[in-house]
Amino acid sequence: MSESSEAPPFDPHSHPHDHPAERRLANVDAGRDPGHARAHADVWLSDVTVGYGDKIALEHVDLAVEAGTLLAVVGPNGAGKSTLLRIMAGLLRPWTGRVEVLGHPAGQQARRIAYVPQAELVDWSFPVTVEDVVMMGRYPALGPLRRPSERDRRTVTDALERVGMTAFATERIGALSGGQRRRVFLARALAAEPDLFLLDEPVTGIDATTQEDLMDLLEAEARRGKTVIATTHDLACAAQRFQRVLAVNRTLIAHGPSALVLDPAVLARVYGGHLLVLGGQAVVIDDAHHHDEADSGEAHFHEGGRGERRP
Amino acid sequence: MIDAIAEPLSHTFFLRALIAAVLVGTVCAVVGTYVVLKGLAFIGDAISHAAFPGVVVAFMVGGSFYLGAGIAAVATALAIGLVSRRGGIRADTAIGVLFAGTFALGVFLFSTLDGYVGDLFSFLFGYLLSIGPEDLAALAILGSLVLAVVVVLWKELLYATFDPLGAAASGLRVDLLEYLFLALVALTIVISLQAVGIILVVAMLVTPAATAQLLTVRFRSLMAAAVLVGVGGAVAGLYLSYWLDAATGATIVLLETALFLVALALGPRTGLLARRRPPVDVASA
Repeated sequence: MSESSEAPPFDPHSHPHDHPAERRLANVDAGRDPGHARAHADVWLSDVTVGYGDKIALEHVDLAVEAGTLLAVVGPNGAGKSTLLRIMAGLLRPWTGRVEVLGHPAGQQARRIAYVPQAELVDWSFPVTVEDVVMMGRYPALGPLRRPSERDRRTVTDALERVGMTAFATERIGALSGGQRRRVFLARALAAEPDLFLLDEPVTGIDATTQEDLMDLLEAEARRGKTVIATTHDLACAAQRFQRVLAVNRTLIAHGPSALVLDPAVLARVYGGHLLVLGGQAVVIDDAHHHDEADSGEAHFHEGGRGERRP
Repeated sequence: MIDAIAEPLSHTFFLRALIAAVLVGTVCAVVGTYVVLKGLAFIGDAISHAAFPGVVVAFMVGGSFYLGAGIAAVATALAIGLVSRRGGIRADTAIGVLFAGTFALGVFLFSTLDGYVGDLFSFLFGYLLSIGPEDLAALAILGSLVLAVVVVLWKELLYATFDPLGAAASGLRVDLLEYLFLALVALTIVISLQAVGIILVVAMLVTPAATAQLLTVRFRSLMAAAVLVGVGGAVAGLYLSYWLDAATGATIVLLETALFLVALALGPRTGLLARRRPPVDVASA
């Protein structure tokens, strides 16, 4: 990865408070005709600014993600990674700017999207089994009143098998380990048969085997033409397993092939002083357990208790 | 023994009370399952107290009990929904303010009436044994309506309760479901007011599901167990209060509370017998 620094994608010494026009040059693909990018994008953002309350979380984001891309969103804590995903999922409305997802304004193609929240946002004490959770992926398409059909059941069984959780189908979700829970939530996403996966920290805090298994599955989905966008704290995973990387810190810092974006000089700009470069491999000195700026009233769930609402 | 059970059934007032007890026990347990899972017990308490001014106004103008209580309760429920979604203050603070304020309004209005102390007691603590045929009909209609909505939307309510973000992103109208659910809680409380009264209605809503939660970890069996506890507690409490000539609502709530304590003591996860087994709930990263 250190070799890639020989072809710097942009001046790594420029400052985050540069003029917006210059900042957009940070996009490695900025040379591409914007109309072309929009027409071929599964996710397209134009000058998006968004925040919570009166605090800005992300500003002036321009982005086009082509169909079939396996994209990692990296950045320090509070950089706006989860916020960006929520914008794409239609869960947050941008203050300014435009968002198109799967060719329509955000939120309109919801049934073609599977969103998996951070593990802390799910109430694990909930009385549902593994297959109940995966079946939830089928609910939106089923609609009210209809009971799951044979096909729905088969889709759930297949999804459980793909994530290697068939043996746990009737277990309570809360009885599983962190890695198993991530597998089950990925199975729910697969069961929804979406065109766009939006995954918030899918491989955080899980063992290496699970991480490899889940990445193999996501890679397979991307090869089938599905778009997969995942936030991650794990730069090594982003470099090795994702085709492209998007680096954010309050705005879009860099976007391009992972080898180019994960250049230590670029990362230094994304992470500021919180980055340690060891033999060409960047290590983020960062508190791994952290939530991006969240909505007030959003419940966070930790082991051993019910969620506490944020003040 | 058989006589003791059969004898009350010869009175129509007791039969009406029995039907009401079964209906209220069922609806409360079904809606209460979601209330407990959502952690909304406090909201249930607030809505029931907020129904009081509605009841008093209905009483003053000679209007329908259900209409008065229903309007007040649903309006408060929706106000709570609005405040907790958009408010700049913490939801529990806003609920606390609404809760006390609306109840005070009811007490204030009531104090302007003369000589209705007996009625105050029945508003606050219920009057299941004196429920009239029209009240029973209204209860049956509203109860069936609430159950019908849950039958149609149980999947969506479950998904939106378990993972609101995932559900919203996949196209469920989580915001509308939230308001609808609060309205269901309000209606459930309104139909339960006559059985157990304003002060104790939250127990009808929360205790059966809380008891069931100690016994099972599956959603469907949880709801079934809650209905069993709710209906069983209501029917047994009705009989017990008849035999002992005690307040019906209080007897029902006491019985349900006793069932909860038994489940707590003997349940598979929290019980004394479970103490020696290693906890199964510990998640490793």
